Amino acid sequence: MTGPGSEWLDDEAGPIVRSYALTRGRARPATGDAFDMITIISTAARPRGGAPGIGPEHFDILEMCVQPQPVAEIAARLRLPLVVVRVLLGDLLHHRLITATRPRPESTLSKERLLREVLHGLQAL
Amino acid sequence: MVSKRSEGARSDEAAGDPPVPVAVKILVAGGFGVGKTTLVGSVSEIRPLQTEELLTDRGVGVDDTEGVEQKTTTTVAMDFGRITIRDGLILYLFGTPGQDRFWFMWDELSYGALGAVVLADTRRLADCFPAVDYFENRDLPFVIAVNCFDDGYDYTPDEIREALDLVPETPVVLCDVRDRTSGKDVLTALVKHLLAVHEAGTGHITPAL
Repeated sequence: MTGPGSEWLDDEAGPIVRSYALTRGRARPATGDAFDMITIISTAARPRGGAPGIGPEHFDILEMCVQPQPVAEIAARLRLPLVVVRVLLGDLLHHRLITATRPRPESTLSKERLLREVLHGLQAL
Repeated sequence: MVSKRSEGARSDEAAGDPPVPVAVKILVAGGFGVGKTTLVGSVSEIRPLQTEELLTDRGVGVDDTEGVEQKTTTTVAMDFGRITIRDGLILYLFGTPGQDRFWFMWDELSYGALGAVVLADTRRLADCFPAVDYFENRDLPFVIAVNCFDDGYDYTPDEIREALDLVPETPVVLCDVRDRTSGKDVLTALVKHLLAVHEAGTGHITPAL
């Protein structure tokens, strides 16, 4: 329990060390993208072999987003903090392995239609 | 059979990528322990999921800590749920972090949101003042949903509207956040309000809904 390296096994430090290790210390996405919680991520390509800077967690995201997913669901399912997921998404976008569809600023007419659709959907629940 | 299956797989590929759904969000705000997560859970089609944000430099000066380790281990959790409105249109409900020091998260959460539900508890009505102020200042339409706890005081919606100094148009609804139908009614009241606000803004006459 107190052997060499046990200082890295502290319960509180553990996940944090891991989080930033995954991003190699980066706290901001390489592409400078904001990745809103409901930005939808879709897998565009899946590299066959290894790609530089693309790790297992990147592949997890690519696998998950074959069915397009919002950023919040990716973070929740991978159990990774949002800040980390955003960095990983930035890497994937940089390598053109994903596409990101941001929430659209709706035009006046389509906003009304959208709200009516949401209302009818809720009433039908 | 085999060749048929491979043909099927090819035509699936030819059909292209799965369509990208449209996602919209509604925020659920209110004081600590007022029932935000319960409301999200009662109307969500999935067990509420949780995302976690690490507080790094943003926490400095707010968190009373000295060690770097402690600052970086500060996290703020947000619960969210999902309602599929129809194929390709998904509504997300985000519970906002209860504590005031996470305001910076609210900016991000409220960006692009359709509107908000402010949950209130009549025993601690003041707890929802910050949320009311926040949404009023940002012109994000909201409804007040009063969670009727068994031992809560009995107030009419008008009394609550007066106590919160709301504009007359802001709906105040009474609810039981544990009840799915009641939670659904809160969301319905909000979306009707959003439509009314939208139509007022565009000069249309609000039809009876």
